Amino acid sequence: MIDPLFLAEAAINGLLLGGVLALLALGLNLIFGVIDIVWIAYVDLVMICMYAVYFLVQVYGWPIWVGGLASVALGAVLGVGVHLLIISPILTSAPVNQLLATGGLLFFLQSFATFLWTTDHRSVRLTLPRLELFDMPISVARLVAFALSILVMLGLYLFLTRTYIGTAIRAVSQDREAMALMGANPQRVYLVTSAVGGAMAGVAAALLIIQYAVHPFFGAAFGPITFMICVLGGLGNMVGAFVASFVMSEVIAISGVIWSTEMGYVIAFVVFIVMIFVRPGGILTRRG
Amino acid sequence: MAARVLGVVVLAALLVGPFVPLGVMREYTIHVLVQIFIWSFIGGAWSLMGRFGLTSLGHGAFLGVGAYTTTLLWNFFGLTPWLGGFVAMALTAVLAVIVAYPCSRFQVVGHYFGLVTLAVGEVIRLLIIAERDWTGGSLGLTLKPAGGDSLLALQFADKRVFYYGALVLWLAGLWVWWRVDRSMARSAMEAIGEDETAAASVGIHVTRFKVGITVLSAVLTAIGGIAYAQYISYVNPDTLAGIGVSLRIVFAVVLGGMYSMLGPTVGTALTIALSEYLRVLFGVKFIGMAETIYGLLLILFIIFLPAGIYGTARQLLRRRRPAPVAA
Repeated sequence: MIDPLFLAEAAINGLLLGGVLALLALGLNLIFGVIDIVWIAYVDLVMICMYAVYFLVQVYGWPIWVGGLASVALGAVLGVGVHLLIISPILTSAPVNQLLATGGLLFFLQSFATFLWTTDHRSVRLTLPRLELFDMPISVARLVAFALSILVMLGLYLFLTRTYIGTAIRAVSQDREAMALMGANPQRVYLVTSAVGGAMAGVAAALLIIQYAVHPFFGAAFGPITFMICVLGGLGNMVGAFVASFVMSEVIAISGVIWSTEMGYVIAFVVFIVMIFVRPGGILTRRG
Repeated sequence: MAARVLGVVVLAALLVGPFVPLGVMREYTIHVLVQIFIWSFIGGAWSLMGRFGLTSLGHGAFLGVGAYTTTLLWNFFGLTPWLGGFVAMALTAVLAVIVAYPCSRFQVVGHYFGLVTLAVGEVIRLLIIAERDWTGGSLGLTLKPAGGDSLLALQFADKRVFYYGALVLWLAGLWVWWRVDRSMARSAMEAIGEDETAAASVGIHVTRFKVGITVLSAVLTAIGGIAYAQYISYVNPDTLAGIGVSLRIVFAVVLGGMYSMLGPTVGTALTIALSEYLRVLFGVKFIGMAETIYGLLLILFIIFLPAGIYGTARQLLRRRRPAPVAA
């Protein structure tokens, strides 16, 4: 029998992990909902931003918050770059070609990172205290990351609902053709979406680097689970992705404690596969 | 007619190929060709589904189940791969049904189908890693040597045996492709790929065809995985399961062109030749550089040759001649 305290600790860790996963999933989901292309290499862009923070903070000694802001800016630039160079030429191609073009980007980023920075694991060391809650150690870095990701998500929500361009983004994700008929310029909406999605990758990178070491295959570790969360939440459905992140992170954390880390992911993927069959539109929709 | 003559010449060249004295280069050339045959066969198996819009991103799962089942049965129980292969094929078929049946019943198509299969591929990879007491985890597993050449263990010191085996496998794959291409199933699957509801309304049993083609594709992929494992005599969860290898298969096929019989072969031959060339060019000096260029070229190919190399070449040839039927 497993000590309930372990389970509670796992549940809290899962909750904290869920915050960051939600950030990743929301960025990817925003892009998917608007442009209708899955960026297979999304988490690899996060990996590049993590390296940027690592070098700025750990090697050049910049304060962490400046490194974080730089990462957000870099993410936005990368997002725009990916859209202009790779996505816009293939907007009308077959879906398999679109998947593969961003898949090629995944190979490119992974191996270019290996080439530049080798496969060493690198982490930013922050001297943050550890909290104790009922004898359970809680990492302050994770707590901070969780709080910040919730704040950023609130910001995204306000941006999408309270600004003009945010409303346009939501409109395109609802009906592409109708938006063009209304005289809106989808190209501009796509660009802004890619920039915002990229910036979200930058935020996620800054929050991930204080908890995990970065290495060229970081994207391979977090990528699949991010796609699963997007689908589970309903592609393009922001609230769904938010809820799904916490469902998945709890599944991973708790079954990770009961069996092993790999089994945690296996169970999470199986949950995903079953959920697709039961609720194809995402966890928040009713079967129609 | 000219194509048939060319085909006979190429086949004859491939048959006598291993006896051409190339000195030290012979072993290496044969090694590359064996890989091309096996991966072309696997690519062809993938395209059986891919051409009908069933874009699987998880064929690594079928490779992994095939390769690991035979290897584990041989290593732990001494069961010959000839019999182990049947067990592996049966298991793969079961897995394919488990994936394909609900996908078809609940109309999981397009992106969703891709992501479900991707998850299946990851599940198999992670299970292999988690069961490390048996499978050696991410370190992989070496095939237990039979001690010398053994037909029973499918282990041979001479690469030429594998060469002819792989050649036969590749030709068999092309034959299966041709049979499917000329069958009723093809028309049915094309109709399903266009519009599932309409296909069902004219009496096509959608689920039966989808599950059938998935099982066929999966079992062939498993055979390819077994062949590769026997040839390399080493299995590893990252090279035989998971996203990496699954994407590589799709890349090669799309690069060649998935709607023609030789498309997957052309694509596979090119990607393997390219990665071997880059590997030899950079050696151990710039680790990652070869893969970087590989990834970059893939992006460029997808953007500029969306119909694949073989497909584009055929389109160009056809445009020169007067088209017999307007497509």
